[in-house]
Amino acid sequence: MRHPILHPGLNLGPHHGEAHDHAETVVFGFWVFLMSDLIIFGLMFATYVTMANPMGMAGGPGPKDAFDLGSVFAQTMTLLFSSVTFGFATLALRHERGPRQLMVWLVVTLALGLIFLGLEFRDFADMIAKGAVPQRSGYLSAFWGLVPLHGLHVASGCVWILVMLAQIRTMGLVPVVKTRLLRLGLFWHFLDLVWIGIFTIVYLMGLSQ
Amino acid sequence: MTLDQTGTWLFGRLGLDSLPILPAFENPSTSEFIAAGAALMVIVGAIVTIALITWFGAWKPLWRDWLTSTDHKRIGIMYMVLAIVMLARGVLEGAVMRTQQAFGLHGGFLTPEHFSELFTTHGTIMIFFVAMPLIAGIVNYILPLQLGARDMSFPVMNQISLGLTTTGAALVMVSLVLAQFSNGSWAAYPPYTGLDFNPGPGPDYWIWTIVFSGIGTTLTGINFAVTIYKERAPGMHLFRMPVFCWTVLCTAIIMIFALPPLTVAALMLAADRYMDFHFFTNDLGGNMMNFVNLFWLFGHPEVYLLVIPAYGVFSETVATFSGKRLYGYTTMVYATMAIAVLSFCVWLHHFFTMGQSANVNIAFGVASMAIAVPTGVKVYNWMATMFRGRIRMTVPMIYATGFFFLFVIGGLTGVMLANPTITYQVHNTLFLVAHFHNVIIPGVVFGLLSGYHYWFPKAFGFRLHEGWGRAIALFWIFGFTFTFMPLYVLGFMGMPRRSVAFTDPAYQPMMYVALFGAALIVSGVGSMLIQLWVSVRERERLAVPLGDPWNGRTLEWAMSAPPPEYNFAVVPQVEARDDFADAKATGRAYSEPEAYEDIEMPANTAIGLGICVGTVVLGIALVFYIWWLTILSLALMVVVFVGRTFREPAPRIFPAAEVAAAHRAWLAAVRAATPIGRLDETDDLNRGLARPEHPELMEPAQ
Amino acid sequence: MNDNGYRDDLRSYLTGFILALVLTLVPFALVVWGGLAWGTIMAILGGFALVQMVVHLRYFLHIDLSRQKREDLQLILFSVLLLALMAVGTIWIMGNLATRM
Repeated sequence: MRHPILHPGLNLGPHHGEAHDHAETVVFGFWVFLMSDLIIFGLMFATYVTMANPMGMAGGPGPKDAFDLGSVFAQTMTLLFSSVTFGFATLALRHERGPRQLMVWLVVTLALGLIFLGLEFRDFADMIAKGAVPQRSGYLSAFWGLVPLHGLHVASGCVWILVMLAQIRTMGLVPVVKTRLLRLGLFWHFLDLVWIGIFTIVYLMGLSQ
Repeated sequence: MTLDQTGTWLFGRLGLDSLPILPAFENPSTSEFIAAGAALMVIVGAIVTIALITWFGAWKPLWRDWLTSTDHKRIGIMYMVLAIVMLARGVLEGAVMRTQQAFGLHGGFLTPEHFSELFTTHGTIMIFFVAMPLIAGIVNYILPLQLGARDMSFPVMNQISLGLTTTGAALVMVSLVLAQFSNGSWAAYPPYTGLDFNPGPGPDYWIWTIVFSGIGTTLTGINFAVTIYKERAPGMHLFRMPVFCWTVLCTAIIMIFALPPLTVAALMLAADRYMDFHFFTNDLGGNMMNFVNLFWLFGHPEVYLLVIPAYGVFSETVATFSGKRLYGYTTMVYATMAIAVLSFCVWLHHFFTMGQSANVNIAFGVASMAIAVPTGVKVYNWMATMFRGRIRMTVPMIYATGFFFLFVIGGLTGVMLANPTITYQVHNTLFLVAHFHNVIIPGVVFGLLSGYHYWFPKAFGFRLHEGWGRAIALFWIFGFTFTFMPLYVLGFMGMPRRSVAFTDPAYQPMMYVALFGAALIVSGVGSMLIQLWVSVRERERLAVPLGDPWNGRTLEWAMSAPPPEYNFAVVPQVEARDDFADAKATGRAYSEPEAYEDIEMPANTAIGLGICVGTVVLGIALVFYIWWLTILSLALMVVVFVGRTFREPAPRIFPAAEVAAAHRAWLAAVRAATPIGRLDETDDLNRGLARPEHPELMEPAQ
Repeated sequence: MNDNGYRDDLRSYLTGFILALVLTLVPFALVVWGGLAWGTIMAILGGFALVQMVVHLRYFLHIDLSRQKREDLQLILFSVLLLALMAVGTIWIMGNLATRM
């Protein structure tokens, strides 16, 4: 008989017992939270689109003056890889391959996340050097409201990975740690999903104008 | 570093001149005296509260039973207390404004700045710290009981939500003592609230008040929605839930999806003010219209967030006090859902005059008018519920009667305003003020106050005094009518809203009428305090320990009053819609379960209180540019929040024997008691056990 | 847990990864070496992004059409509906306003 529990596909499976039951509520709750966060990102996107015109740019730097496509490509790849490595971490958790394998994949994901942040930070530094600062125009304010907001999410995701690594060490793979890892996974994949929007709307569409 | 620099580093822009008491000495005028008086009231109020708690030695129980509790019922009651304190302030501010305008021909006694601050705080308080906590309070208390659950899905997050809402309220209160709150209205449109035109701390107070309480509300919404989806008792299908739970689901949806636009708008305004961004500025490509758009993306769903739970309360009270099942359950559910979704399609009607083309206006105008259809369905359903019912004119039914007449008027003026051509005429006049008070007071306030009266005996084990209750309801109904009907007339006469004074003597008579109405409302709020006092004093006489004073229909009445901490001795098996009415009709009610089990409840925690204190400090630090304190409080909160996840607190266990003893004692009391008929409902005889009447009408809805 | 389940899950992630890779490379290539008309390129970019989002949801977040996961799919679709109302509405209103200023 199938387990009657209903919650997002990313789950532990009935062989995890209590943790699996507990996950039904908390993971669903986290999905709802992510959807609320999605609205925040969506509105930042909408604001960005309404500002991406000559009036919003107010004579300041536009996409072609400010962005570096190569670096964006590298960031996109890093984040995509990190999604897959987090997937491997989830698999190690779900199929009980032991805390060691789980932690290795988490550390790899963390490293990729930090590389992403490093690349993004370098881009931001370049933009500041070129005078593409948020104080320059409404358009740039919208950019600096949107993309660093995503970066901030990634940074908090990295902190979260660190905390989880510590908790796996100190608390072991107890149910509450397992469900936290599930939620962290959702968060991480969600950030990659938002990044699809960013590289498409902000960078690719901006640079192909 | 010089002394001056050290001071700036330590205190930011907080100085002695931030205290409003000093200007009252420098420039003694009525306006300044009112400001200083309000500040003194806050300080004296705080001191008296602390002194009283100490005098009664109540700190320890307060800490143990309330501040650190994760019990949804106690959290609900704390929300209600917060709301009622803020209601007192909000109503007084409204009364001061009515007085000012009544004597506002060529002047009055308030300065324009002070008047602006009053309507700003009045609006902010009434929406965010009266209506929302009232809703959060009633829902927190009732929702798990109606669903047959032991608690919310996330009890600790529930406490954090309360903490964040309290932070917002506390910041508004602090603004009476330190500097001033914003004077840019509750909608805080830039560029007026931008740094160029408003460099003081006022708009910053608004921003952080809104951001913190907004995050709290989003979390509340998540909690409500997940509780409804995941915590229902076995057999409680979605379509067996009481209509109140359905309305809570719709409200939760709005909390989850409509609060983000507000948070985004407020944080963008903060970026403009703190970091010189150009989202909404006049220059360099900023677009202040975008704020208006974002704000009402939140603002319109918000008013439905407020009124939909009130619909839910009326659905419960009208059915109960008519002694009938609710007419048209399914249409009620679909109508509520339709309103919730439509509420996201109409926000532009708040700014028809912004300058977009007529086509855009028409689209949103039509969508706005469409909302009247499901609302009409609901009104007809309530009336059909009352039709041939055995109606008892108790306090909730008096509110419901007032609601039917007055809310329909408010709704119809809403349909008028949904027509862009009419909006162009009456836009920015008192007509608008009358309209939204006309939906919010008879809709939201009447609904929630009737819910307060209806569920109070469940929460405290004794009824509220009926006579005072009727007086309060009538004070509110007539107070509302006399205050706001004249404003419709004044709006048609062309009097602009938000004006401190006027020059046309033709406005004056209606202003006096409105002042009279405001006096009635103030009497209503005063009577609420008296009612509470009288009821507590006569609590023995009014006691209903058996838990079913109104012959209720839903699960919350199937337990003692007040309920045990774990709500249900055994999780009920739900057989029908209006399950308790069905149980009483079929003899399932008050039966002893086969076995009792140990019950696990979450342990107490101080995290919500900690977040509350931390965010109040953070808010003040941000408002006054005290950067070291900003970083310190933020870092401290993160560390504490993360730190507590490293150990799992052990749950509290209620042993099966203890649960069984309490439940059996209650059942024995029920068997010993004499059931009373509905004619004795408001009599001392009512101990909370109802005699089934008209069983043919008690049939549950199918 | 048996090894088959593990291998199935692994395959799902790798499939998702390859699809996502293609769906990323093509739009980047189009922008670098393109030369298509502006409207065409916008449509292609938008389409690829949407498809990639679905790929992520399907293969990384494991949201699919099976009955067990219906509740979450409904949540996501409802959220997307509301987001579409808000975002499209905002762009429509502000765009319309901009043409009249």
